[in-house]
Parts: sequence; C-alpha cells; structure tokens
Amino acid sequence: MALLEVKDIVYGAGNDGKTPILSGLSLAIEHGEVHALLGTNGTGKSTLAYLIMGCEGYRPASGEIRFDSALINGLKIHERARLGITMAWQEPVRFEGISVMDYLSIKNRETDPAPFLNLVGLAPELYLTRMVDRCLSGGERKRIELASVLALKPRLAILDEPDSGIDMLSIQDVINVINAFKKGGSAVLLITHREEISVITDRASQVCNGKIICSGDPEKVAEHYKARHCLTCDGVECHYV
Amino acid sequence: MSELNELMRAFGEAGGEQGVLADQGTAHLAVSSHSILSSRVVEGIDVDARETRKGISARIIVREGVKLQKPVHLCFGVLHKKGTQEIKMNVKLEKYSSATFIAHCIFPNAEKVRHIMDAVVEIGEGAEMRYSETHYHGLYGGTEVVPKLSVKVGKNGRYYTDFSLINGRVGKLEIDYDVQAGEGSVTELVARVFGHANDDVKIKEKVVLAGENARGLIKARVAVEDEATAEITGITEGNAAGARGHVDCMEIVKDNAVAKASPRVQVNNPLAKVTHEAAIGSVDKRQMETLMAHGLSPEEAVDVIVKGILR
Repeated sequence: MALLEVKDIVYGAGNDGKTPILSGLSLAIEHGEVHALLGTNGTGKSTLAYLIMGCEGYRPASGEIRFDSALINGLKIHERARLGITMAWQEPVRFEGISVMDYLSIKNRETDPAPFLNLVGLAPELYLTRMVDRCLSGGERKRIELASVLALKPRLAILDEPDSGIDMLSIQDVINVINAFKKGGSAVLLITHREEISVITDRASQVCNGKIICSGDPEKVAEHYKARHCLTCDGVECHYV
Repeated sequence: MSELNELMRAFGEAGGEQGVLADQGTAHLAVSSHSILSSRVVEGIDVDARETRKGISARIIVREGVKLQKPVHLCFGVLHKKGTQEIKMNVKLEKYSSATFIAHCIFPNAEKVRHIMDAVVEIGEGAEMRYSETHYHGLYGGTEVVPKLSVKVGKNGRYYTDFSLINGRVGKLEIDYDVQAGEGSVTELVARVFGHANDDVKIKEKVVLAGENARGLIKARVAVEDEATAEITGITEGNAAGARGHVDCMEIVKDNAVAKASPRVQVNNPLAKVTHEAAIGSVDKRQMETLMAHGLSPEEAVDVIVKGILR
C-alpha cells in the first residue's frame, strides 16, 4: 500500500470554483520514495501540494487523498502534519521575533537544530540567533525552511520548488537535502520544473493541464518533459509532440 | 515583610532579577507608592530624589564623559489595590556620556491604581541613553498608566526607548512621547503591548527630526484580543536636510477587539525623507499555515506569532 494516494482529484479555482486547475489527477508515492513532479508554470503543481497539505480553501471537489490508506480529505493542516506530512513552501513567509533556533525546534524543543542547518549549507554559528524575518535573503529563508522540514523528520515532505528563487539553491544543495530526507526514511514529493533535478529521484511524474500525463523512470519522464514546445500551459491546446 | 521586600517579591514574580538592588556596583531607585524605599548612586551619576504628596520627584544627571557600565534600575510599584503614583523625572545626560536605564513598573494587585509619569530628558552632544520600561499589571485590569515623555536629543546624540507591557492586563494606557532630534542624532522608539478583556491602549509617539541628518524610527507592535481597543499614532516630521524617519506599526486583532493606526508623516524640507508602514488585521494566514504544517494547532500558531511580534 502506497504512503500517499491521490485519486481522481478534481479542483477548480475562482469564486465559483469553476476555473479548472486539476481535472482527475492521480498520483501515488511509496514509503521512502523520492518522487519528482515536473510541470511548467500553471499546470497545478503547487495546487496539488496545497491540497495534500490541506491548506485553507484547498478542498477537492471530488476525489480522494489517502495517507497510510486513511482518507484525509477532511483533515486540517496540523492534523495532517501530525500524521507526518509537511511542506517546504515555494516562497516561505517571514516571522518577526522568532529566531532560527526557535523556528527549527518549534515542535520539539529537544531538537538540536545545528545539524539541519549544516545540511542546507548554513553555518549554525552565524544563523541560529538570527531572526526568521525580513533580514534574511530569499535564498537563506528557503534554506532555513528546508532545514525546518528536515528537523521535523516527516514521513512525507513536500518540497515546492526548492531550487527556485532569486538566491537559488545549487543543484548539489538540493541533492544533499534529498539524500538527508532519504537517509532519515522520509518520502519526498519534489515539485520542480527543472528536469536536471528530477533525475536524482526514484520516480517522476509530469503534470500538464491538471493531469499526470507521464509517470515512471525519472530520466524518461525528464526526456518527455524536455520535448515540450510550450512554456506555460494554456489548458486548451496541448503542444506536446 | 517589609514594603521593600514585598516590592522585590512582586518584582521577582514579574520576571525581574531580585538581586540587582543588592549589587553595590549598580545604581537604583526603588519607590513604592510615594515612598522611596531604597536608592544607590555610583560614580558619575547624581540622583536627587524626593517624596511628594502623591509620588516622587527625581533629578538624575549622568556627568560629562561618564559611560555607566551597568544599567541604572528604576523600580516603581504600587502594591495596594488602590492608589495614585505620580513620578516626575528630570534626566540629563551630559556631553559624551552614556547610560542604560531599566524601569520596572509593578502593580500586581491593582484594582484602581493610577501611575502617572511626567519625564523630561535632555541628551547632550554625543551622549547616548537607552531606556527600557517593562510593566507588570496583574490580572485585574484596574491600572491606569499615563506616561508622558519629552526628550531633546543633542547633536550626534542617541536615544533608544523600549516600552513593554505584555504580561498581565493593561487596564488603561495612554503613552505620549515627544522627541526633538538634533543634528546627526538617532532616535528609536519601540512600544510593545498586549491588550486583553476591555483594556484600552493609546499610544502617541512623535519624533521631530529638527537637525540635519537626524534619524528616527517609531515602531509599535500591539496585539489586542477579547474586547480590547488600541489606537496607535506615530508622527514623524522631517524638518532638515538629510533627515530620515520611518514609522512602522503592526497590530494583530483577535476576537472582538478593535485597533486603529494613524501613521502621520510630514516633510518640511525637500532633502528630508520620511516613510511609514502600518499593518492591522488578524494573524497572517500564510504564517498560520506554515506553523500548522509544522504540527502546531491553530491556537499554538497564533500564540507563537503574537509572542514573536511582541518580542
């Protein structure tokens, strides 16, 4: 039985919920698997992440999300987090008055945050006492978000474009983080639109126009993804060869 | 138990470090209602404190060039349920001196207590004063605090103040600070308040950047819940070339509480610049979701965010 099963998810945005974002998307992630989700801008990758995490306003119109075979459609974010699902956001928010040390041990005061900062390439002696506020650069904040997710030792970590942003993480940094999750037994859903990152994963899927259109061996999925002609999906006409 | 011991016990319960008054190297002034219970001066500082009918009157001078290594502790308390305490302070930091003042204002049993502070501060050329005021008001909400402060910061002087009332009920608070900032000076006014029940918070802080290249920051962080109200007015005037000012107000509102913010900025010299930002509302949704994704309940997440902004 897969760790996460997403079955025939339909989700629409807008005031009436009629602007289709996901139209019957299905995806499964096995225990300890690192799974890349590839797709161009606007194909529904982040929406799927929010639906799995249970963010406010993200409830599927139909379909099931199961974690450890239990239906979790109705659970709130923190209830899902307590099952072992967590997420590193594409654009992490800032917190005034919360230090990096407090942020990394916010759920478990016993956690030693230093090793997790080392894993994301930040020197603990320089960062532990800094605040998770506007004084951090975009890249620093992203690294701290990844460190905080690592510190939680989740069963499933959703990483929403960890490689994006002004101050980009290097591919090697992302590989280090993914290996750390893997070593700790966490499954990872890695959302990206960079095919070179997807090849380090166990399996990959490509999403287009709200559906998985290709799934399996990461290199093959990456090849398929590279063959696209479109930069963004207009949801009307498919430009794939 | 002596009144001083009782004041110190309340001070300790409010999180203060009780041993500080026993330290021979630390200047202090401890006042309960209108009685001066204890005081100490150290080399370089003159204190003339007198009891008045409703409180005390004190003149403090830090002499020219003296840089006090340890903070001066001011402990003002009313231990009775009812009473009025009027504090008149006149503080002068002579040229190139520096000192840190830590004021502890303790009203643990207040059911109807008025604490009125009327302070005049003069900071000489190149001098630096840091003033931190922490209040503990108990759980009854019967305290009325009216601090009025008028500060003149001389050439290249520095003035930093941090007012904090985040433990216990506020009651009624009406801050009125006014700073005249001279050439090349730096002023920073920070206030953090957490209002509950029917607490009433009013904060008015004004910085006039009168001298060339003067810099000023007004920062208010207020959280209100239940039926509490808050009204924050941050005023900065840029009156000289190179003056730079900023007003930064953030208020978090919960339950039926009401908050207002009025940043007022005025520039009277084309080479001055003053900016402002104000954010009022419930707790940020994305901050909540981020913390909840770490496993915190919604209540725990709100608590962490509010404590963070008041830190």
